[in-house]
Amino acid sequence: MSNDNQPELVTVYVDDREVQVPPGTNMIEAAAKIGVEVPHYCYHPKLSVVGNCRMCMVEMGMPEKDRATGQPVLDDEGNQKIMWMPKPAIACATKAMPGIRIKTDSELTRSCQEGVMEFLLVNHPLDCPICDQAGECRLQEFATDYGRGYSRFVEEKNVKPKRTVLGPRVMLDDERCILCSRCIRFCQEVADDDVLGFVDRGSYTTLTCYPGKQLENNYSLNTVDICPVGALTSMDFRFRMRAWFLKETHSICTESSVGANTVVGSREGTIYRITPRRNDQVNDTWMADSGRERYKQVEAKNRLLHPRVDGAETADPEAAVAAASRLLQGGKGIAFVGSGRCSVEEQYLFRKLADQVGAKSRALVSRVSEGDGLLISADRNPNVRGALVTGLIDELPGRELSALATGIDSGELDTVVVYNEDLTAAGMTAEQLDKITVIYLGTHANPTSDRSQVALPTLTVFEKNGSFINQQYRLQKFFQAVPGPAGAPGDLRTLAGLLAGNGLQGHPGIDDVWEEMSEAIPAFSGLRFMKIPSGGLPLEVPSRLRDLPYAEGKTLHYEPAGGEPAAV
Amino acid sequence: MALVIQRKPLSWLEKTYLPQILGGLKITLKHLFAPKVTLQYPEERPVIPENYRGVPTLVKDPNGREKCVSCQLCEFVCPPKAIRIWPGEIPENTETSHVEKAPDDFEIDMLRCIYCGLCQEVCPEEAIFLQDTFSVTGYTRDEFKFRKEKLYELGGTLPDRHYKWDKKKEAARRGNAH
Repeated sequence: MSNDNQPELVTVYVDDREVQVPPGTNMIEAAAKIGVEVPHYCYHPKLSVVGNCRMCMVEMGMPEKDRATGQPVLDDEGNQKIMWMPKPAIACATKAMPGIRIKTDSELTRSCQEGVMEFLLVNHPLDCPICDQAGECRLQEFATDYGRGYSRFVEEKNVKPKRTVLGPRVMLDDERCILCSRCIRFCQEVADDDVLGFVDRGSYTTLTCYPGKQLENNYSLNTVDICPVGALTSMDFRFRMRAWFLKETHSICTESSVGANTVVGSREGTIYRITPRRNDQVNDTWMADSGRERYKQVEAKNRLLHPRVDGAETADPEAAVAAASRLLQGGKGIAFVGSGRCSVEEQYLFRKLADQVGAKSRALVSRVSEGDGLLISADRNPNVRGALVTGLIDELPGRELSALATGIDSGELDTVVVYNEDLTAAGMTAEQLDKITVIYLGTHANPTSDRSQVALPTLTVFEKNGSFINQQYRLQKFFQAVPGPAGAPGDLRTLAGLLAGNGLQGHPGIDDVWEEMSEAIPAFSGLRFMKIPSGGLPLEVPSRLRDLPYAEGKTLHYEPAGGEPAAV
Repeated sequence: MALVIQRKPLSWLEKTYLPQILGGLKITLKHLFAPKVTLQYPEERPVIPENYRGVPTLVKDPNGREKCVSCQLCEFVCPPKAIRIWPGEIPENTETSHVEKAPDDFEIDMLRCIYCGLCQEVCPEEAIFLQDTFSVTGYTRDEFKFRKEKLYELGGTLPDRHYKWDKKKEAARRGNAH
């Protein structure tokens, strides 16, 4: 939470180690800055502080000052005297003040942590074998780190409802709940949909929805992420895989041009869940529920698994690419329709291909609709900025592909190369497509691919490395989580094959493309794929792109430069 | 350097070989009258000690409830990766719906299993035991992939010391419930 622009820092002491933090930082964050963990449940860096779990209690002291003169009081050896408070204080609600000291490992602190753990475990069921949180559960972790190791509780544990459905995606196990209220605060403060609350008293306190309402906003699954125990579970992920089997791959959400940072959890080539990854400049620690369902497209029924030439599936991608090249060489008026869902590298190669064959028009399919002001922006294409920077398009995509339609109707265009878009959904008619030669590259079959002469399968965002440029002109990279279908040679390889003009050639890697791009595109000069930091890299916006009428309105960490755009 | 050991020359009695022959005959006669140790396998089977590590099996508790809740810890700990579990949910309104989770399917590849017993050791529900089956035969690789049904057939029922889930159901019935 440090801010480098702020000059005045205060010095605090965590376990006698000096830490410099901005004033107002709480002591959990101050301790985290030097790698000291203060265990906590209810505190979350992006939510308000309530201090109800009491887990972060530490011993606290202030430098003693003479009340009359305000001079520091020194002991016999000339050192500053510290007034240790007789009772512990919670670190989350203790703000950094000059000279404040905490002890995170003293006898008093230890006994507090042990006591709090014991109380939390009094009514906690022995559910770990069937609990989805096992393996990433704070209660499990802190019970082993700070607990006493055995139970003194001889009475009977409380019984609470185990399968409460809170909403279409979230299920509550009340027995596991430790009443930290993170989910309630999230709904109030971030999602702005205040539906959760506690009812009943004492040991029977229960999390519940407001009568007649459901936890159904598009951010409801974030409550599952921030739940420190296994009380809130995702109905989609519930009981499907244990957390410790999941390989975690950094990725980017393709839901909109916000580009929320994500972690894809997969095992043996199957994706099980997508969770947000903290990025304080983009999405904090949240992401939209709709983006978490995106992994289902990988195994969708209409997935294009093999190349198709003239409607017939072929097992030979090389021959299919060669067939596409022949069509391109024979085309007289070729149009290119790119996608804002493609990565920067693909858009660059696609533009290069368009230049090489002398394309008469280049367009991008627009996906503008309403944003939600939080983490879904108005532009549902994750990478329109990439198409602008790489020069695939010069201006923002129009609502309809009118130039393409008139070109086809006038007979000027006879071939169109479509990258992962459905032209019929973008306003073209089937008759128009039947008039021309269609070369389709894409992940899924659609009416356009059905009408194409050559359809080349490509990879989803989970199956390749690449980068997107989000609405803030932040270049962010994603990595391959699972292998792609056997029939798809990979986007970059397919495009390189089309560029070579005679089938697939070698295995061009993402580094080769970046080497080329850093030469060709001023905004990328000196850049390499591996040099993009994991939190993304803000790009210098090229002047020609500065004043375009971007569709996005205000979202979490984004303010439109020219004020709110006109409503769509 | 070669070391030459000087043998003691044989005595007169030793030269007759009679003591050695008689000693050998004594051993032969002893075994002629001693009880048999050879087992007529496979009609006769050896007694398997309590702590023997045979084929891993899944067991049910005395009430017939399948004890495995598919926590997948055995799958995780298994050194040769012989175990594969497909977790599933127990539907509501059944006898064991309070347990919530059970394996849809369970597979142990006996060609991979090294009989280390880590699965038994790690199991938090005491559902998997290496019991006394020691001989596994088959003609195809598939026959060595023991599925859930086969594993329960081999495992049978073992006594339970805790009845953890029964106690939980009882507590809910008695009205610790809210």
